[in-house]
Amino acid sequence: MNTKRKLFKTLSATSVAAVLALVLSACGTAKPNAASTTTTSKSGSGGSSLAAGAPVKIGISLSLSGDFSADGQAFKQGYELWAADVNKTGGLLGHQVVLKIVSDASDPTQVVTNYQQLISSDHVNLTFGPFSSLLSLPSAKAVSRYGYALVEGAGGAPSVFQAGLNNLFDVSLPVANDLVPFANWVTSLPAASRPQTVAYVTSNDPFTQPQVTTIIPTLTKAGIKSVYNHVFPAEVTDFTPIADAVAAAKPQAVVLGSVDVPTVSAFMQAFEQSGYTPKVFVATGGPDQGSTFIKAVGLKNANGMMVPNAWYGGSANPLSKAMVAKYIAKYGGTAAGVSSDVAEAYSVGEVVAQAVKATGGFDNAKIIAYLHGNHTMSSVQGPVKFNKLGMNITPTAFTFQWQGSKFVQVNPVSDPNSVKVLYPKPAW
Amino acid sequence: MTGSVYALMATGLTLIFGVMDIINLAQGILVILGAYLSYALQVHLHIDLFVGLLITIPTMFFVGIVIERAFIGRLKGPEKTAMSILVTYAVSLLIEGTLNMVFSTNDVQLHAWYVDKSFALGNVHFAYIYVAGFFLAAILLSALYVMLYRTRFGASIRASLADQTAAALVGIDVKRVSTICFGIGVAVTAAGGMIYGATNSFNASTSYDLISRLLTIIVLGGMGSLGGAMLAGVGMVFIGDMVGVIWSPIWSSMSYFIVLTLVLLVRPQGLFGKPLVRVA
Repeated sequence: MNTKRKLFKTLSATSVAAVLALVLSACGTAKPNAASTTTTSKSGSGGSSLAAGAPVKIGISLSLSGDFSADGQAFKQGYELWAADVNKTGGLLGHQVVLKIVSDASDPTQVVTNYQQLISSDHVNLTFGPFSSLLSLPSAKAVSRYGYALVEGAGGAPSVFQAGLNNLFDVSLPVANDLVPFANWVTSLPAASRPQTVAYVTSNDPFTQPQVTTIIPTLTKAGIKSVYNHVFPAEVTDFTPIADAVAAAKPQAVVLGSVDVPTVSAFMQAFEQSGYTPKVFVATGGPDQGSTFIKAVGLKNANGMMVPNAWYGGSANPLSKAMVAKYIAKYGGTAAGVSSDVAEAYSVGEVVAQAVKATGGFDNAKIIAYLHGNHTMSSVQGPVKFNKLGMNITPTAFTFQWQGSKFVQVNPVSDPNSVKVLYPKPAW
Repeated sequence: MTGSVYALMATGLTLIFGVMDIINLAQGILVILGAYLSYALQVHLHIDLFVGLLITIPTMFFVGIVIERAFIGRLKGPEKTAMSILVTYAVSLLIEGTLNMVFSTNDVQLHAWYVDKSFALGNVHFAYIYVAGFFLAAILLSALYVMLYRTRFGASIRASLADQTAAALVGIDVKRVSTICFGIGVAVTAAGGMIYGATNSFNASTSYDLISRLLTIIVLGGMGSLGGAMLAGVGMVFIGDMVGVIWSPIWSSMSYFIVLTLVLLVRPQGLFGKPLVRVA
């Protein structure tokens, strides 16, 4: 009996400890702030009509921990910046915006659970998308069961649109053709100065692999020989042997399919340790993360690194300039340090706001119909217009490059805002 | 060379299990805590990474003592090992949440002039940080060996490793030995964390990958076997790297687990673990 009582006490104590730990961890990821409070309303219906003065609740699952945590944090900044801006001008149709953000730990299973909870328990009126193609697709499937629209800014992989979901809309550039301007520039170089060899190395991620695969025929046709072509699992964390193998092949160009800063910085570090500098180094993700990238690799090493995207902090778009100014006022830093994730998230808010205004309410069915209605909307990333798959068909792919402390547009070469490419890449 | 650092981190984990029958799921996050301590010293006080170990190793030893006294030491009874999984997991969540609040979830990396530089011997480049990490691991593992096999306290630890009851019967303060062992097992994470943080970007959630690697290392090496942990740590990295270079990175992780499975089929106790006889 005494043993049982002791066991019960121990179990109780450790259960309490575990619960406390879980609560504390959750507290660390959801902080209330002036722009977006995370109060839940038990009486909210998630329906199309709201009582006068009632806030409009927007449910969002973000990767505040896990592999995508840095991007998740940047997305959170973008959403909160948008919410603060729209609330300053009276909110959406006179209703203040309240963001209910929950963490999915970069897990495709958790993100589904989150949206189900946001809709069925928290009764949010609208839903905004998570970060990454990996999470956007299961999220869209989950919210479609409830008739909700999912407007997102970071799920542009072909696999996302191939699902044929009617409620999914990606405001950003579809990823498959992201590297095409880069490939066009490389093949336009005179044969004598063009890279003769190239290494293709990518994670098997729906965001990275299509980009790299798309340009292989273009570069091959231009006579650029592949000396290394491998796909590594997205779960890999030790990139040193892979990077060493690439360095040993000594390609003059490296095309790296990376989703985040840790991946590209690991390759850069390994290349430097091997005493190898490619003439051209482009990564599909990472160098566009602004100050996060610079802090990881240093300004000197960042010099010459290239990355594709549809937006950058120095964009001449007036909406973008205004957003960047507000970002710097709130978070500090410079325009070059603003992550493209912030712009993607902000664009989601802008597009949904325009759809809400056009339809006169928060009816998801009407919002979906409007977004499929061939309308062109404006955003900090430029115009947004969706095809029947929910793909934004208006943006242009650009290539950006770090030149000194500046993050500049270099491709397409014909674009008036593009500057000369820093080529070859300076030594580490 | 990377394997020696994993060996160092895994040695702490297997030492804790061997002496205390505790599976310390918090070992991964403690490595990250060690890395963040080095980061804080470097960024705020501009202390060199290796010099900073003079502060972080004793600090992590103290952290280990506190964790053992506050949580682990209270576990008793036949279900102690099973309960330790839950308790140490809870501790890891606590530490992870705290680190996220203090440092945010943005990835960081330790920097020093020697982190990115290398020297060449013929056509082969050796990164300074990996060479230094190798020697650091060798020194610490040697110190651990000397302590275990050349000191009276080490004899107490080995006695507790062999049989706690018998050790207590001959007058060894098993509780004190356990507490200090836990402290030592956590202290080595400071060194492992510093090298890990210098060679990888990290944030608190990086610990999940780390603990899964460390657990597989001690399973392969034999739970409670220090030599096994060292050999398995080096072997894990060697197997993965060789397969990645010779064949394809796709097969790197899988190749290690194939080896692990084959070894466990032949020797369920691991390479150097002790076989257990089930009482019918």
